[in-house]
Amino acid sequence: MAGVSDAALKEMTQEERVTALGMRTDQLTGRAMAISFDPDEKERFEYPWAPEVDFNKRTELDVDEMTSTEANNQIRALMAEGYGTIVIKNPRGKHSLGVGILSRLRLIFEGSLGYFGVGLLDGPNVTINGRVGWSCGENMMAGTIVVKKNAGSTFGAALRGGDLVARGSVGARTGIDQKGGTIIVGGDTGALSGFMMQRGRMVVCGNAGKDLGDSMYDGTIYVGGEIKSCGVDAVPGELTDLDKAWLTRKLTQYGLLPDKGVDHFKKVVAGRMLWNYDNLEPSEKKLIL
Amino acid sequence: MAGTQYRGSAITDVDQFVADAAGLASEREKEIGQHIGYRYDVNLVPDYTKITPYLSKYMEVMGWDDLNWLEDVHMGYEDGNPAVFDRNNNGWVSIPSSVELPDNQQDRDMIARELLLKFQMSDRHPLATLRKAYMKF
Repeated sequence: MAGVSDAALKEMTQEERVTALGMRTDQLTGRAMAISFDPDEKERFEYPWAPEVDFNKRTELDVDEMTSTEANNQIRALMAEGYGTIVIKNPRGKHSLGVGILSRLRLIFEGSLGYFGVGLLDGPNVTINGRVGWSCGENMMAGTIVVKKNAGSTFGAALRGGDLVARGSVGARTGIDQKGGTIIVGGDTGALSGFMMQRGRMVVCGNAGKDLGDSMYDGTIYVGGEIKSCGVDAVPGELTDLDKAWLTRKLTQYGLLPDKGVDHFKKVVAGRMLWNYDNLEPSEKKLIL
Repeated sequence: MAGTQYRGSAITDVDQFVADAAGLASEREKEIGQHIGYRYDVNLVPDYTKITPYLSKYMEVMGWDDLNWLEDVHMGYEDGNPAVFDRNNNGWVSIPSSVELPDNQQDRDMIARELLLKFQMSDRHPLATLRKAYMKF
């Protein structure tokens, strides 16, 4: 790999690049990619390819006359110029705005977003001074998103990391298939929130709709209000001192700590009855081996 | 019938999966030859009194008040060795034997977060090669 320059790679087809980078010499044996950490690894805080941005370098972008793709490309161009704080004017409910940003950035929307807003993020801090449609923050890896008003359904679908906050109420299936990170809802959440949750934490300061945590495999849900009903295999858990300290810190961080504290929060976890290692599996293993 | 009871075993000791690589405790685990569940407490929230200077600096650079996505990173154990699951690589990355393990999971988790972050941000990470091969120029 060291012998191939970036300029040479640019001239190649994708097939040639893959071969030149030695990516087809390993057999797919499952353990061929065993890797160890290097304790002396250089201290870096961003991906090697991330643009160098300065939070103090601020600009505004009016996207009123732009398509979503044009607006997203323009955000990238501004980051390449070093802008670390970008204020988006007139988003007017456009879909898929601000998606796929993989480095540090302060992104502020002065208005509401449509479907799939600010998804696939890995690092930015986003503030939305408005509402959002379905699936805001879906598949986020890292960063923070704060929605000042209400959010639609599937808020934080398949969230993998970072903090996703709605100060208002949200629709149904919040955090469906959540795989990590934290979802905080200042108001109420709809039915089937936490459906098929696998990891991470969800905090609902208000009430939760029916079938909360249905078919959750792991993760933790905290609810400050009433729970209409728990779904399949979602069971009460014990609120520990570490939970309380974490809840207090996190809710304080976003200005959502209730006056009466967090002692009244209910904790819901997986009952682990769906951890399905069924009777067929050993037979299959014997057949294969 | 599947899905009627939890058949795995509990984590009882911080060195459980170092001392016993297979980690087969329950009858069901012995029957299928596989540990059921995670090899660390997936829901353990971080103790910020244990944070390292490098991780504090990372929070500052990113403009975060806490560890953000790293709250979900823990030190796990694979084949009797301490390791960390790297979501960007979809695999376990081993912790070298030269790294001394503290006697509690919270301190181990902080070491895991630091090592994983440095690795992900390095040119040595497989994602750097994948990016060169597949990104659209």
